Amino acid sequence: MSRRRWGVSRRRWGILAVNGALLLLAVLTALPLLWMISASLMPAGEAMTLPARLLPSRPTLEHYGVLFNRLALGRTFANTLLLASMVTGVSLLCNSMAGYAFAKLRFRGRDRLFALLLATLVVPPQVTVLPLFLEIRALGLVNSFGGILVAGIATVFGIFLVRQFAQGIPDELLDAARLDGASEWRIYWSVVLPLLRPILITLGVFTFLTSWNDFMWPLIVLTDESKYTLPVALANLSGEHVQDTELMMAGAVVTVLPGLLLFLAVQRQYIEGITMGSVKE
Amino acid sequence: MTPAGIEEQKGTPAEKRAAWLLLSPALGAIGLFFAVPLIAALLLSLTDFDIYALADPRNTRFVGAGNYARLLSDPLFWKVLRNTLVFVAVGVPLTLAASLGGALLVHSKLARWRGLFRTIFFAPVVTTLVAVAVVWRYLYHPRYGLINQMLGFVGLPPIDWLGDPAWATVAITLLAVWRSFGYGLVIYVVGLQSIPVSLYEAAQLDGASPWRQLRNITLPLMVPTTLFVGVLTTVGLFQIFAEPYVMTRGGPLYATTSITLLMYQQGFRWWNLGNAAAIAFVLFALIIAATGLQVLVRGRKSA
Repeated sequence: MSRRRWGVSRRRWGILAVNGALLLLAVLTALPLLWMISASLMPAGEAMTLPARLLPSRPTLEHYGVLFNRLALGRTFANTLLLASMVTGVSLLCNSMAGYAFAKLRFRGRDRLFALLLATLVVPPQVTVLPLFLEIRALGLVNSFGGILVAGIATVFGIFLVRQFAQGIPDELLDAARLDGASEWRIYWSVVLPLLRPILITLGVFTFLTSWNDFMWPLIVLTDESKYTLPVALANLSGEHVQDTELMMAGAVVTVLPGLLLFLAVQRQYIEGITMGSVKE
Repeated sequence: MTPAGIEEQKGTPAEKRAAWLLLSPALGAIGLFFAVPLIAALLLSLTDFDIYALADPRNTRFVGAGNYARLLSDPLFWKVLRNTLVFVAVGVPLTLAASLGGALLVHSKLARWRGLFRTIFFAPVVTTLVAVAVVWRYLYHPRYGLINQMLGFVGLPPIDWLGDPAWATVAITLLAVWRSFGYGLVIYVVGLQSIPVSLYEAAQLDGASPWRQLRNITLPLMVPTTLFVGVLTTVGLFQIFAEPYVMTRGGPLYATTSITLLMYQQGFRWWNLGNAAAIAFVLFALIIAATGLQVLVRGRKSA
């Protein structure tokens, strides 16, 4: 190694510059979220002062009280949680079945069918959203959680991710199970599914977050305030309560924090799983 | 992918049956709630489907390319198209710079607490767009907003971020960059990790400075990753919706109305679904063009 050639003091400056730049970028990145949390704890009116306050003079939870008591955000929270969980459960089942079949089972037209599915990734959701609404309407699912759910039963991205991972399962394992007389369903359920666990956790978190954060489709489908999800309710509230900065920050915290905590709990595995899906062609 | 056909033939009848059974829920759902709407969207864009048709579908008339022709002669549509190109023109270079810059720093041998920094940079990606748009609306407040107060701190005049048509697109783009650069960053880190260490060792033996190593080894090898992140970012910015919906309602003077916001308003506020479907297909065409451009550039590089 030729480190010595650059000298010790030069290396020390390098460490300082790199970590200083990292710290600056990290502060800029985190600042909006930290300010959101801090402002949500400020007494009314304190978040909009000159000069700006970064920390509350006396932290208060009153805005959270208003949200959950007067604005009934507890119900909205429960709606969002229920919907995201339902979409995650259903789509994990469907995507893992399909992903495994594409990876490990042999049937005619498999590769061509998979290529066709991949090609649909280029279609933006905006294209299908209009007729999908008419379809939902014909099925009587407007303003129901079912209307949200049907759009998330299976995703090409999920099938793709499971397939990538399932290709690593050794064929011998499946053949041995077949020789033992296990049915194909049994093999999927008892042999394959446990092996897919790591990717299912990644995909599950991804699906949950996507559903939790989703805005346009719930905005279109859900018309009744009692059915709203957090993003829809928050967009609605932000129009009525423009002046109540601290209250809106509390609403933003309630909306953002669950997903953020979920991500932090599994972040390493999550980031690796998601980049695996994007980097391999 | 396996050599076409040969591998597929080997399946036993039981295996084939199982495959179709396992595929059926996913394929059924995708067929019913994706493929059918996709075809219907194309047909819809060729009709004058509106609120009267919503009440009774018999009120629908076939208008051919009428919706498309009307869009092309609508100044608002061109304005929206231009707004979207501004989002892309400002947002893509900024995102690429922040993603690559951050990735180089995180990947540097001199960096401490890499995992922590990577997590912080990625955190905005998992936040709820609507919620952070609400937060940023207050950060952009002309008088009390943290951003203008920080500008004042370094002696810069305040900016009317969301009130000035020229700045509003930039303001919305900055939020989009903040929220998504972490995704590009982790993709760049994977790319940087795939560069063989031996290349740098050889360069060091030849006495190449870190700067020259960056310019002659790292950056050229990051071209495919840059194309990938660039297209991903472009497609994302083409579809901007929640940011203007929450922060500006598309204003001032339509300065921040995006293609998707226009489509939403046409479709779900005025119930001009035929017209909205045509807007969606123009967006689709733009996305295909951006993706095709990447494939083209990549093909030329590897040829």
